[in-house]
Amino acid sequence: MPAHVQPLKVYFGVFLALMAFTALTVSAAFVNLGPANTFVALGIAAAKATLVILYFMHVKGNTKLVPVVILSGLFFLFLLFLFLAADYGTRGWLGVPGR
Amino acid sequence: MTGTTNPDGSPRTHYLNAAYGLKSWLLTRDHKRIALLYLVSISVFFALGGLMAVLIRMELATPEGDLFQPDIYNRLFTMHGVLMIFFFLIPGIPAVLGNFLIPLMIGARDLAFPRINLLSWYLYSIGGLFTLWALLHGGVDTGWTFYTPLSTNYVNTSVITVGVGIFIAGFSSILTGLNFVVTIHRMRAPGLTWFRLPLFVWSAYATSLIQILGTPVIAIAILLVAAERTLHIGVFDPKLGGDPVLFQHLFWFYSHPAVYIMILPSMGVVSELVATFSRKPIFGYKFVAFASIGIAVLGFLVWGHHMFVSGQSIYAGVIFSVLSMLVAVPSAIKVFNWTATLYKGSISWDTPMLYALGFIGLFTIGGLTGVMLATLGIDAHVHDTYFIIAHFHYIMVGGAIMGYLGGLHFWWPKITGRMYPLFWSKLSAIVIFIGFNVTFFPQFILGYLGMPRRYHSYPPEFQVLNVMSSAGATVLGLGYLMPLVYFIWSMRYGPKAPSNPWGATGLEWQTTSPPPVENFLTQPIVTGPPYTYPAPKRAPEVTVGV
Repeated sequence: MPAHVQPLKVYFGVFLALMAFTALTVSAAFVNLGPANTFVALGIAAAKATLVILYFMHVKGNTKLVPVVILSGLFFLFLLFLFLAADYGTRGWLGVPGR
Repeated sequence: MTGTTNPDGSPRTHYLNAAYGLKSWLLTRDHKRIALLYLVSISVFFALGGLMAVLIRMELATPEGDLFQPDIYNRLFTMHGVLMIFFFLIPGIPAVLGNFLIPLMIGARDLAFPRINLLSWYLYSIGGLFTLWALLHGGVDTGWTFYTPLSTNYVNTSVITVGVGIFIAGFSSILTGLNFVVTIHRMRAPGLTWFRLPLFVWSAYATSLIQILGTPVIAIAILLVAAERTLHIGVFDPKLGGDPVLFQHLFWFYSHPAVYIMILPSMGVVSELVATFSRKPIFGYKFVAFASIGIAVLGFLVWGHHMFVSGQSIYAGVIFSVLSMLVAVPSAIKVFNWTATLYKGSISWDTPMLYALGFIGLFTIGGLTGVMLATLGIDAHVHDTYFIIAHFHYIMVGGAIMGYLGGLHFWWPKITGRMYPLFWSKLSAIVIFIGFNVTFFPQFILGYLGMPRRYHSYPPEFQVLNVMSSAGATVLGLGYLMPLVYFIWSMRYGPKAPSNPWGATGLEWQTTSPPPVENFLTQPIVTGPPYTYPAPKRAPEVTVGV
């Protein structure tokens, strides 16, 4: 068995954690947190995604090249959002209608 | 001589004759055969895309829209772009030359995932069939860019069918890139360190990074267009709270780096050709290698230069303008280093070298006009004019296709074991170079004078330049037909090629032509840097011409 495969109880633990986060997402949807609504929902989703990537996709405990590949993808996603923000964040500065 | 070898010592059995029948090709896992499957497939799409170009140029020979109705003309230029970009240029060099050469160049038996390699060809073919099916059912008329809200709200052509075709073909591209990255990391021959790799492998690696990191974003953009078109979910439609410019961001986040998917492998080919045919090591090897990575990374930061007049924030435009000029730096490093390699080299004017020199000249013009277009003021003037058409054809045709043809002529003896007629091949290179310039240089002037793209009629004062362009396209088309004829001819009648007809140094030249199924009969071991010219004497057979 490859060294990076975790004991079965870890996978069950992660599964339970994901279920708990799902319940948390549903619960949070019933609470009006104002502007924090989106951030809370995305934060929970990011935590769930991290668990899936680390355990179910076997990134934790694998060779160091694998996290490098994952982080590269995330970095380029960050670049996409960064430059989108550069556009959307500054469109109104000139005060031209529609910008 | 034994029963398993030819009189010249080469093995009787190679990858082409190891098995026969359609099944042996359609179920092959041999990277060399898959490369040939791709070669045939992309040639079909190139011919179809070329046919659309012929029809476009016929229409534009006169100022009146007298050959096609406007809606048919819209479909012609859209399908020309879709077929050429997604089904010829993007798979072009990586899937044909990359598939064939990367294992050979690194001394491996095959790619890391041979089954995935075959799967990628099937995905490409399925995507292509979707697009052809859409073509037969009226095609699509949005332009290859599928801008919203036109593509989501207003046209009733086969947007979703073509989108699905591109979506599926995108996965083929991702799988090819993934295969190359893993292969280059894990399967290099003993002694083949990163800085001993041929520069073609470096450029294929950089290309693969773009394929893996960029392609998912265009897939998402296409899915969102389909969702908006069918479910009206309001991502791009302002009435529903969306933003049409967001589509342009998502589209160009992939489609600008996709230009580098097209051009980087050609740059890799040119590095091989310049070193071989000037009998010198590449000047500044590490700079050329890192320039490939630099182009791949910087290429992701410049997409907004397609959107200077789209409603994008002017401040974002300034950032994109500066970054776009930066990407010229690694490109210029390559051009200067190739030129420095030529300096005092023992240059021979073989066919591949003619293509390489053509590439350097035409890419330089395409690149420098790109810097002009990165300037906000100039771009506002020539945006959506023929200046843009001329610029990107200098990159994609003058650059990418010249490199592809140069590579095909260079490695054809290795791929098929046959030489092609040298006179005709040199003539075709010259005809293509002349035809290309006569076609596209007038378009720079037309665009600067204000002729917009994507119209089937134009003011009469533009006719002389348009007729020049159409006449050049005829010459260019003739130039492209010539290799098709003599390559097919050479497979049966061409003189047999020796293992190393050009006297080149790469590992791929150390095995027989065509290579055996397992590529090398013994595991090659690398003990020195690449391009150790002056290298072995050129084989006399290379002078055989027809």
